[in-house]
Amino acid sequence: MHLHDLWFILIAVLWIGYFFLEGFDFGIGILTRLLARNTAERRVLINTIGPVWDGNEVWLLTAGGATFAAFPDWYATLFSGFFVPLLVILVCLIVRGVSFEYRHQRSGERWQRNWELAIFWTSLLPAFLWGVAFGNIVRGVEIDQDKNYVGTLWDLLNPYALLGGLTTLVLFTFHGAVFAALKTTGEIRLRARVQATVLGLITAALALAFLIWTQIDSGNHWSLAATIVAVLALLGALGANQAGREGWAFGFSGLTIVAAVGMLFLSLFPDVMPSTLNPDWSLTVSNSSSSGYTLKVMTVVAVVFTPLVLLYQGWTYWVFRRRIGVQHIPATAHH
Amino acid sequence: MDLAVAHETISRWQFGITTVYHFLFVPLTISLASIVACLQTAWVRTGKEKYFHATKFWGKLFLINIAMGVVTGIVQEFQFGMNWSDYSRFVGDVFGAPLAMEALIAFFFESTFIGLWIFGWDKLPKKIHLACIWMVAIGTALSAYFILAANSWMQHPVGYRIDPATGKAQLTDIVRVLTQNTTLVQVFHTLTAAFLTGAAFVVGIASFHLWRAKQGKQPDKRKTAAMRTSLRFGLAIAVVAGLGTAISGDTLGKVMFEQQPMKMAAAEALWDTQAPAPFSVFAVGDVSKGHNSVALEIPGILSFLAHNDFSSEVPGINDIAAAEAAQHGGQPTDYIPNIFVTYWGFRLMIGFGMTSFVAALIGLWTTRRKFWLAPEHRTGEDEPPKLMLTKNREMNVFFTRWSWRIGILTMGFPLIANSFGWIFTEMGRQPWVVFGLMRTRDAVSPNVSVGTQVLGLCTLTALYAILAVIEVKLLAKYAAAGPDTDEKPPAKDPTLRGPSDDEDADKPLAFAY
Repeated sequence: MHLHDLWFILIAVLWIGYFFLEGFDFGIGILTRLLARNTAERRVLINTIGPVWDGNEVWLLTAGGATFAAFPDWYATLFSGFFVPLLVILVCLIVRGVSFEYRHQRSGERWQRNWELAIFWTSLLPAFLWGVAFGNIVRGVEIDQDKNYVGTLWDLLNPYALLGGLTTLVLFTFHGAVFAALKTTGEIRLRARVQATVLGLITAALALAFLIWTQIDSGNHWSLAATIVAVLALLGALGANQAGREGWAFGFSGLTIVAAVGMLFLSLFPDVMPSTLNPDWSLTVSNSSSSGYTLKVMTVVAVVFTPLVLLYQGWTYWVFRRRIGVQHIPATAHH
Repeated sequence: MDLAVAHETISRWQFGITTVYHFLFVPLTISLASIVACLQTAWVRTGKEKYFHATKFWGKLFLINIAMGVVTGIVQEFQFGMNWSDYSRFVGDVFGAPLAMEALIAFFFESTFIGLWIFGWDKLPKKIHLACIWMVAIGTALSAYFILAANSWMQHPVGYRIDPATGKAQLTDIVRVLTQNTTLVQVFHTLTAAFLTGAAFVVGIASFHLWRAKQGKQPDKRKTAAMRTSLRFGLAIAVVAGLGTAISGDTLGKVMFEQQPMKMAAAEALWDTQAPAPFSVFAVGDVSKGHNSVALEIPGILSFLAHNDFSSEVPGINDIAAAEAAQHGGQPTDYIPNIFVTYWGFRLMIGFGMTSFVAALIGLWTTRRKFWLAPEHRTGEDEPPKLMLTKNREMNVFFTRWSWRIGILTMGFPLIANSFGWIFTEMGRQPWVVFGLMRTRDAVSPNVSVGTQVLGLCTLTALYAILAVIEVKLLAKYAAAGPDTDEKPPAKDPTLRGPSDDEDADKPLAFAY
């Protein structure tokens, strides 16, 4: 296997890791409006991801950095081409991070309500926009011979990509509801299960449509296999959730994300950003990758440090393994 | 304005604003992480209450600050691709590697362990919890190292070749990129300056509380105890870091004289090559004519700054520009950076930074411990220190008042110095984005319209402005409130296995968002 193929897989793994982890973070943020009925419940939800959301978000930074290092042209074309959606995502991630840290710093009702609203919207928009972005990557966009995106913003908002956006939005919310059922205790836990069922069914409809559309447009044998895994995993998650097996349900909803995002990358390969103007202008793993030396250096770094990251991030989840209920939420800051 | 010029200018303004803004939080984060870690270490080792209160207090301000540092950092990584795609294509093979390493090695480290530290007070055994904040501190320093390695490559490209097929830079030696002298000295200079920044911040806020205590406006003695320790610790760090900043700055200057003579000539507004070369204290010049009309100079000092002796030759702007034009084509004026900004940026960097250092030096002496003082002037651990000139002589009321005020007022000086330092070094490199290899005007994303760029610039600037107001208000609120002396550490040391008895199962969390 050529190193740039390996790096295609590693980039896919980083994005999959990001969507798996920040997927439920986004979901929790959205559920602060859908599931939580009062401030205490909103705080329960926020605190289920409190210690981990920042580490989860680093998967995105690593995916971005690794793309820059391993596929400079992919990074350059993608980030300059999708300027406006990425700007919106940036604004959301900035406000969202600050919201988590600042909401509890003052006890004023308006202050807290505003930050809570911010958490909701800044979780919802990226969850949608990432789907739009990946829909466009897989579908192909107008890339010229200099590898520059020459389409407009409106070209990115095509039906296929918008369906992709809706799919990730609902899928992440479902994943978040399953996570909430796993991490909370008391009444909210039961309601999380019920909402998970509803969200899971909507996800099933949307994901099926999106994945079949993808499979017909740009699929291959491997992506078909991944599609089947994704669908089965989603059914598994629904079933486990119904049976009250929350750990299994979360495992399966996670597997759904892994398989669905994996499916997108499988149908993409060996392109990384196909051009709709001329297939010869498409960015591929070979024409947009770094030199062999750089890839070798980065491979060594990845092989040494990725397991380490998994180890200490995994440990964090173990440390904060206890379920949280309204009874665990301390009175608002004594200020 | 010419559209091509607008294209470059808008993206440069965005990069400048977002980077200077981001770098207000970075040095505070780096230094406060270590300062909090030291205070917590003191608490774990001695069990003294004042260290616990100090840890919690500075930890709180640290967290308000790091939140902004983290989120503004995301923009930094994205905007290379968004606004500077041709730059990204040209340098990605080299520049991407340290960036990816920063994310994989440093960012994961900081962000994971900060979560453990914030939420782990009642979950982790004391010593493991302490280790977490040290991990954060190490993570922040590592992060600085990798990003400075990347920046140093822009200042002085090494360990690469230009691929003849693509015309792009290609990495040939990662070890050189990570260990070249530009990288090492820049890291040394940035880290020492970061510690000066955090120390001045601590000194300023501690001075505020101690001055209030001195005036009898603050009766809580436990607060005073925590602040007194913080003041002394801050002053000591400021002196060591200030000295380190001066030494590393001098070293970096010598490296730059060799690698980017134009930047240093511009820093001095030294138009003509001179031997010996003087250090300019003040100058007013006419850039279009290529000389200064008014200049106050100290002879020989610039030669010393460049080469460690008082007589050697230092090349001037006009000669260097002519040489660069001969080498790369075009007019000599194409190679002259903005002299006004570099000249004054350099001076303000040194001025603000060193004022802070001198203030700390004086503060460290006048607040010295009882061992050096006559018995009747010694103050208790929970009292504000007297400002002592000699063993027996206290400062008079007027100077005492102003000393405390200066402690407070100089709190932000290193922040200003840092900003001018970056503006100086980045603008002094112009017209190059990668020195000698790529011009800034060739680095911009060609496919991003001016309108879109303006949208990006305005959105981020407006958002940053709003967040600045919120963050400064929050910092001011908590800084003015002082340590919460009612707060107590967990009654028993938590175990990793968690609470075993059921009565603990419903206990509220020690910390929650």
